[in-house]
Amino acid sequence: MGHQVLTGAERRHARLRKFIDRVLPIILSVAVFIAVATVASLLLTVIITGGHRLSWNLILNYPSANPEEAGMRSAILGSIFTVGLSALICVPLSIATAIYLVEYSRGGRLSSLLRYNIANLAGVPSVVFGVVALGFLAYWLGMGRTVITGAFTLAILTLPLVTVTCVEALKAVPDDLRLGAYALGATTLQVVRRISLPRALPMMLTGGILGISRALGEAAPILVVSGILFIREDPTSLFSKFTVMPLQLYNWISRPQPAFIELSSAGIIILLLILLALNGVAIALRQYLMRRIGQTWR
Amino acid sequence: MAIESYNQLLRDYVELGKEEMADISGPEVVRVENLRVDYGGKTAIDGINISFKRNNITAIIGPSGCGKSTLLRSINRMNDLIPGAKVTGKVYFNGIDIYSRDVDPVFIRSRIGMVFQRPNPFPFSIFDNVAFGLRVNGFKLSKSELYEKVKDALVKAALWDEVKDRLDKHAYSLSGGQQQRLCIARALAVDPEVLLLDEPTVSLDPISTARIESLLRSIKDEYTIIIVTHNMLQAARVSDYTAVMMPDENMVGRIIEFGETRQIFTNPRDKRTEDYISGRIG
Repeated sequence: MGHQVLTGAERRHARLRKFIDRVLPIILSVAVFIAVATVASLLLTVIITGGHRLSWNLILNYPSANPEEAGMRSAILGSIFTVGLSALICVPLSIATAIYLVEYSRGGRLSSLLRYNIANLAGVPSVVFGVVALGFLAYWLGMGRTVITGAFTLAILTLPLVTVTCVEALKAVPDDLRLGAYALGATTLQVVRRISLPRALPMMLTGGILGISRALGEAAPILVVSGILFIREDPTSLFSKFTVMPLQLYNWISRPQPAFIELSSAGIIILLLILLALNGVAIALRQYLMRRIGQTWR
Repeated sequence: MAIESYNQLLRDYVELGKEEMADISGPEVVRVENLRVDYGGKTAIDGINISFKRNNITAIIGPSGCGKSTLLRSINRMNDLIPGAKVTGKVYFNGIDIYSRDVDPVFIRSRIGMVFQRPNPFPFSIFDNVAFGLRVNGFKLSKSELYEKVKDALVKAALWDEVKDRLDKHAYSLSGGQQQRLCIARALAVDPEVLLLDEPTVSLDPISTARIESLLRSIKDEYTIIIVTHNMLQAARVSDYTAVMMPDENMVGRIIEFGETRQIFTNPRDKRTEDYISGRIG
């Protein structure tokens, strides 16, 4: 084999490529730094402003005109009720939709039409869902501006997001496995139950949690549906009046007294802690499921 | 449904088939008549007529894209699962037209097993992989009966000795060749009559390939085997009959020659067969 001699141009080209390879990671890490620094500075601001206001009062008390006593008990309960309920509505519906789209109407025209429309729904501004829910659920169906209406609003809002993730989760299951099961005489239901769903479930859960996190942070549609920023009453039934944490925070932020600004910062910390806890649960659940997958027949 | 009732159902079908098709003589298990398969309007194979005899190994050979796998998938209705696939013509299994309306493809697939190009064990234990077909088909088996069936299948697939001490281990802990034999065991466990193999050794090393070839020869007295292969030596080594497929000028796959393997390889009637097996084309 003869020794390959590079021309000058080739050598320059090689040097340029090497240079780019070395510089690019630096530029990319700057992008990472900007993202991380933004979040970190936000967190820091919130902690510095509201850290000293963190207390059990904040969780256990009703809102009050006196910042020393004010808490967000009704908003926390309202958030937990509506978001929890919305997850119970949204996640099974999303999984069912995804199973239909991926497993039953395999790549049909209807399936892709539906899939595009669901993806489009994910881009609709959330306040639109609030207005629709207020008109249709609260007034037309007579459900009122209540916890259940709020839950449905959040469920509809998160449905496209979660459905898209569930569809992707099922599509990520190798077709080899499905075909293998079909070739042994499995029905579609058995393929879903034994092959696709167990493998897709961890990713579906992640999608579900993403949806819940989104729902927890939504203010606009709930403002439209519930219309309440200040309530000194626990939601006790599906038909209670309610407010949610982002609205309580909004209420505090819009007050002139600095003490309420600090309170809202403390409230943000609590909201973030709940989010973090939710994500933690999701990650733990996912790890558990991934370990368990297919170990035995059940 | 229990296996007995399946078999009864099948016997009934066979009796029916005999009356309808008096001309079926000899141990013909699968007969393909005038088969044509289109994918989204494009014809993949056409004018396919071939029959497969009981307890024989038939090889389908031919260059890439000639429709070998398409033909194979038509025999157990796996083409149903491909969007846009359209099958016309007839495929008879023990005299039953498997594309007739009252035949359930799920039932057909439990009687005609299939092994794929790449090993595709399920993400379960070795035992659960082999038991999968028995379980989804609802065979009512006691624990020990299930174990015996799984063991039988693994013995037939020449894998038992290697895995008998670790049946509860994950299937992915096996080597590629072992995984493919596991897939064969999985297919055999439901006791099919016909076993379809779609280039089963294409991703395996020569030693694993030799193992699979010898296991196929050892089980052919109990099954009817149809194997698609790229490897002409493999066809020559394992098969009793060979079908040669070739795309025509419109890239539609057709069978150009079918006969006893020895005849195909020593005395091909078609010039293209001769060119193909001697390596001049393909």
